[in-house]
Amino acid sequence: MKSKAMKAAGWAAAVGWSLCASLALAQEVDTTKGIEEYRRMIQDGNPADLLAMEGDEIWTTSYGPKQQSLAQCDLGLGPGVVKGAYARLPRYFADTARVQDLESRLMTCMQTLQGVDPEKIVKEDFLKGERLRVAKLVAYVVTESQGETIAVDTAHPKMQEMYELGRRMFFYRAGPMDFSCASCHGADNQRIRLQDLPNLTKQKGAAAGWGSWPAYRVSASQFWTMQHRLWDCFRQQRLAEPIYGSDATVALSVYMAVNANGGEMMTPGIKR
Amino acid sequence: MKKKWMIAMLGTLAGIGAAQAEDMEQKFREMVDRSFQSRGIAGKERMLQLDFQRVCSRLDAGDKVDFATLEALRKIQQDTIRWPADGNFFGDWKRGEAIAQSGRGLTWSDKPGTVNGGGCYNCHQLDPKELSFGTIGPSLTGYRKMKGVSEESVRYTWSRLWNAKALNLCTTMYRLGDAGILTEAQLKDVMAYLFDPESPVNKDAK
Ligand code: HEC
Ligand code: HEC
Repeated sequence: MKSKAMKAAGWAAAVGWSLCASLALAQEVDTTKGIEEYRRMIQDGNPADLLAMEGDEIWTTSYGPKQQSLAQCDLGLGPGVVKGAYARLPRYFADTARVQDLESRLMTCMQTLQGVDPEKIVKEDFLKGERLRVAKLVAYVVTESQGETIAVDTAHPKMQEMYELGRRMFFYRAGPMDFSCASCHGADNQRIRLQDLPNLTKQKGAAAGWGSWPAYRVSASQFWTMQHRLWDCFRQQRLAEPIYGSDATVALSVYMAVNANGGEMMTPGIKR
Repeated sequence: MKKKWMIAMLGTLAGIGAAQAEDMEQKFREMVDRSFQSRGIAGKERMLQLDFQRVCSRLDAGDKVDFATLEALRKIQQDTIRWPADGNFFGDWKRGEAIAQSGRGLTWSDKPGTVNGGGCYNCHQLDPKELSFGTIGPSLTGYRKMKGVSEESVRYTWSRLWNAKALNLCTTMYRLGDAGILTEAQLKDVMAYLFDPESPVNKDAK
């Protein structure tokens, strides 16, 4: 564990450079090359590893009014099973009678096991307070699905409904710029400035986009969860603010994850 | 595995009656209503769709929309076009360049009163020396030579900028004039950036 942390610390300086170079070549790097590049980069360690280690510790430490750990948290594969759980999310949970993504599910666990009020987390900002704790937990959980095949189960009718709602959200044009997600992510080989935009309506693009988030963002030196990513895309879309863990964000995640089924989970990702 | 599911899904969709489709639409609206909140200048009312936005969303999602509907909506967009009050289409290309470079404005992290940019480089190549350009729209490098400077060409370009939806209802290019993203004076500066022979868009184009 320790050597992993050291690698991660020295990482930014060493790899920051090659990432810039790879950005200039962005248009030429197809998905396969992108994946090779990713593999090469994580050999040097992903700075998100540090957060994943913190998250691992948070997972097993007693906390909150009830002074319990999250060791009994059920992410879909049974209480306490973390390995491979993220590759199968979002999913329908019978205990909450809702389809949940990782972050809304973690809030449920923190509420039921530890007594932490989810409303407080929903009202916070990213990278602050309890929501930062959630991000660290996310880093831990998604690391435990690295290399797994994305396999989101769509058998439950609620999942099918969420997929359809997510699909509608994805194509929903609104706001002063008339944008929908599809304006930027609905066709192959599009770029905004030099940033490649994966086509999230197709398996290949969805696997590349969904499969590489949550991610460490080198430009910001920050770890961003999927909720954070979507939040910033809505901002760029010039729409109102999506509420943390809201159904619209979960439905979009279902849409992307199901489209990505069969792809590889490359989490946590490394981004510009 | 996904394919199999998609086929199953299509099967169910085909079996859905009008009432169930209506039900899904209702669920969708309720989901949008409870999932978003106002923040800064980005009020929740932005989640409501204009007529053409709704129809274009359906078209993008693969639904069939009849030509007459699209054409009627396009005509409404065409009627929004306002020509420059003083009949002069051109401002300063240098200011136009700054507007084309800037993607600022209209997000919840922008303060009220922020001067909006045009964000042109997000989608278009313009100055051939600028390597950081997007590819959602066509290259506009050498625009003057490509389009000519006839009155028709100038008016065509102005109307594109004022409201791109007037020509192509479901284009991704936003309504710079009609939606109040740029002012008339800013649009003139952008016009100069596109047409002025001294503008790098034209001067440095091969
Ligand atoms: C105006 C443009 C725009 C819109 C609209 C937009 N995005 Fe994005 N999206 C981007 C850009 C640019 C990036 C890359 C960001 C970066 O690297 O900083 C991105 C990245 C992403 C990624 C990560 C992809 C990857 O491979 O790293 C996902 C997933 C995503 N967007 C989903 C969405 C969804 C869902 C919506 C609609 C709610 C949406 N986006 C709307 C511009 C947009
Ligand atoms: C979000 C993407 C986007 C942005 C931002 C954008 N455009 Fe466009 N633009 C397009 C697309 C796509 C087209 C292709 C035509 C169509 O779809 O009808 C286009 C077409 C055009 C055309 C017509 C080209 C031709 O050959 O007829 C002009 C001129 C133009 N844009 C200028 C601009 C300028 C100037 C700006 C900024 C002030 C701008 N655009 C911003 C997407 C964009």
